Amino acid sequence: MRLQIREVLRSFRRTPLLSALSIAAIGFSLFTIGLFGLVAINFQQALTGLAERVEVVGFVLRGTPTESITLASQDIAAFPEVLDVNFVTEEQALTRAQRELVEFREAYRDLAVNPLPASLEIRLKPNFRDVKHAQQVAERLRGFPFVEDVRYGRDWVERLDRLRNMAGVVGLVIGFAFAVVAIVIIGVTIRITVLQRAKEISIMRLVGATNGFIRGPFLLEGATKGILGGLFSIALCWISFILFRSRLGAGISGLVFFTELQVMAFLFFGVLMGLGGSLVSVGRHLRNV
Amino acid sequence: MIRFSHVFKTYPNGAPALKDVSFHIPKGQFVFLTGHSGAGKSTVLSLLYADQRPNNGDVKVSGFSVGALTPREVPRLRRRLGIVFQDFRLLENRTAEENVAFALEVTDARRETIPNRVMRVLTRVGLASKAPAYPRELSGGEQQRVAIARALVNDPPILLADEPTGNLDERATKGVFQLLREINAGGTVVVMATHDLDMVREASYRTIELKGGSIVFDSAVDEAPSAAP
Repeated sequence: MRLQIREVLRSFRRTPLLSALSIAAIGFSLFTIGLFGLVAINFQQALTGLAERVEVVGFVLRGTPTESITLASQDIAAFPEVLDVNFVTEEQALTRAQRELVEFREAYRDLAVNPLPASLEIRLKPNFRDVKHAQQVAERLRGFPFVEDVRYGRDWVERLDRLRNMAGVVGLVIGFAFAVVAIVIIGVTIRITVLQRAKEISIMRLVGATNGFIRGPFLLEGATKGILGGLFSIALCWISFILFRSRLGAGISGLVFFTELQVMAFLFFGVLMGLGGSLVSVGRHLRNV
Repeated sequence: MIRFSHVFKTYPNGAPALKDVSFHIPKGQFVFLTGHSGAGKSTVLSLLYADQRPNNGDVKVSGFSVGALTPREVPRLRRRLGIVFQDFRLLENRTAEENVAFALEVTDARRETIPNRVMRVLTRVGLASKAPAYPRELSGGEQQRVAIARALVNDPPILLADEPTGNLDERATKGVFQLLREINAGGTVVVMATHDLDMVREASYRTIELKGGSIVFDSAVDEAPSAAP
């Protein structure tokens, strides 16, 4: 192993420009994936924020006894899809309307009778915030005799569903394409190193080095370049993120960067790509000579 | 030690490289392979170190059958051979000492034994004082000696030399040839491809001459009756 490490260091020392270029190439190709990843996680974050607003509202018939509503609330809270149930009385509805609907404030103040019904506001658990589950909960809610009407913003939730599905598919396709491009770039940079050291490899073979031994330093070099390229790309992503946030993103709140775990996963991906690129390039070379 | 039995080899373009070549080289022998360029000398050598496989016939080297070698066995065969080329094939960015040590390092030799073994073999080829020199600082003859030292450092029973003096002046040629003779005198089989006929005539070693991929003369066979008492 010590020899393998020495060979890698020797290679970096001997061809610093080529090494730096290949690390930069890996870094930039990972950077494209990283940027895409950042957009994806922020988009996902925004969608999650929107999805939190998915709620099913059941309007309660006037004059329904509070005990019935309390009992029903407990039943509804036990639905597997339901996160929590909030009972809003007629008075609370009016207060909220006066507070939130400023343009009608005057009209609400002069009312002799409160026209707003009481309601049960039901928030869904994260995995159930889609049309199908909202509809199921709405159907069950309609089964309660004191529930007059049920609303869950069907069109809006359907649009959210479509957006989520589309984002998933587009994300997968573009992410995959970027990953393929990055792997090809890494493969090519390692291949240049392999070709540059073709004489060394042929001598190794002549004196009886096994293919495994010959591969060793290249794999180590690929992994090292992968991790260095990964660090470089994380740095680029961080700089881009900061610049975007300070210049353009002032109006967009809640922008997030990768978590530590995601950074580790990203570096691990870099190492895997470095190893994969080396394995393919050296393997092909060893088969051809 | 080495046996070719009815060996046929065809180039990828279909042209014949060797046609029905058979010979046997016992332990301790020095053999010249002669013939014009393209006669098949290098093909014979490359079959010996399993860089190519025969299309037909059998090549046996030091107990290995080259045609049947698995990829894992190729390095094992090569560790029992020393190989020297006309163009030296030294690594330019390593010193003489490091070039020789390289052959030990890549074959998993014990690290602590490497410096001693390298110096011993460099002394044997007369280059102990040039150990820290890079190939560009050495003459052609000296570079070939480093290549021979690298070939010998694993104590192989067989040394293959493909035109080892082809790039050398007369003085260096004599020095390298003398070194190969000494190596052979120590019991190592030496198979040397050359078209330096003066050297062949002077040395009176066994000579196998190839022409168009076939053996046209083998002194061990053709001169055997007259050589017998």
